[in-house]
Amino acid sequence: MTITLPAVPLPATINPWFSAAMIAAVVLTSTTGEVLTAAAMKSIGDLDVIRAHSGLKGAIRAVLTSPLFFVGVFFLALAFFSLLFALNHLNLSLVGPASASLTLVTNAVAGKIFLKENVDRRRWASAVLVCIGVYLLAH
Amino acid sequence: MVHHSLSPRQYLILGLVAVSAPLGDSCLSRGMASMPPITLAHPASLIAAVFTPWIALGITLLIGFFASYLTALSWADLTFVLPATAFGYVIIALLAHFWLHETISLERWAGIVLVTLGVGFVAQGPSLTQHPAPDAESADREPLESEVETR
Repeated sequence: MTITLPAVPLPATINPWFSAAMIAAVVLTSTTGEVLTAAAMKSIGDLDVIRAHSGLKGAIRAVLTSPLFFVGVFFLALAFFSLLFALNHLNLSLVGPASASLTLVTNAVAGKIFLKENVDRRRWASAVLVCIGVYLLAH
Repeated sequence: MVHHSLSPRQYLILGLVAVSAPLGDSCLSRGMASMPPITLAHPASLIAAVFTPWIALGITLLIGFFASYLTALSWADLTFVLPATAFGYVIIALLAHFWLHETISLERWAGIVLVTLGVGFVAQGPSLTQHPAPDAESADREPLESEVETR
């Protein structure tokens, strides 16, 4: 998410471990949020089918009555606030691309382990290519 | 593993996910940049910001993004949806180039090529992992119409 902040000079020297920890916090919380949200949507079932049977209200009700969905959204909110915290200490040009691209790779790992998705060579290659590509595009 | 091909409607939803997120972010960024600096001393100005045209448009686009993202996750793998929708970055960069005449650096062109290659890779594969049925009853049942459609 793009956040516009007033131009405040950032401190010149930040402990590199602290920077890495802030980026890691963004990546870990957003990966947890994405995986939990994906798990919730898989347990709810195909939303297009639900909507065809019980209308838009039925589909919204199916999502809003899933506790797992709210746990996922909680972690996505946590990811947003850790991004805000990181932006308070680091430049957007570092935090934005680094978190967006690293999340693709951590999601591939987490998708394989926790969602038991079939992450074959094709998906690994694609995750790595898109990861580097997004970094170059957003930088 | 059964090869899952997507229906045109499902491609449309993936396209919406890809385009609405970067467009929504751009609208928010544009709206916030034209606002006077917001301080914690006046939090009410943040509420007022929500009703300015660019920010309202940005929020509408992001709500649309989240709805289509959740829909996509209900019938496709997370490891399919995330790389596939990263194509939105490419669309936005190309729009900025041809429409707003922004220059794209060599580094960004390299990024466009890599994202496009990655999306091409993942899009050729199956969109959903087939897990074995949890019990014999569900294995024996007739597939739903929608399941037939997405295979």
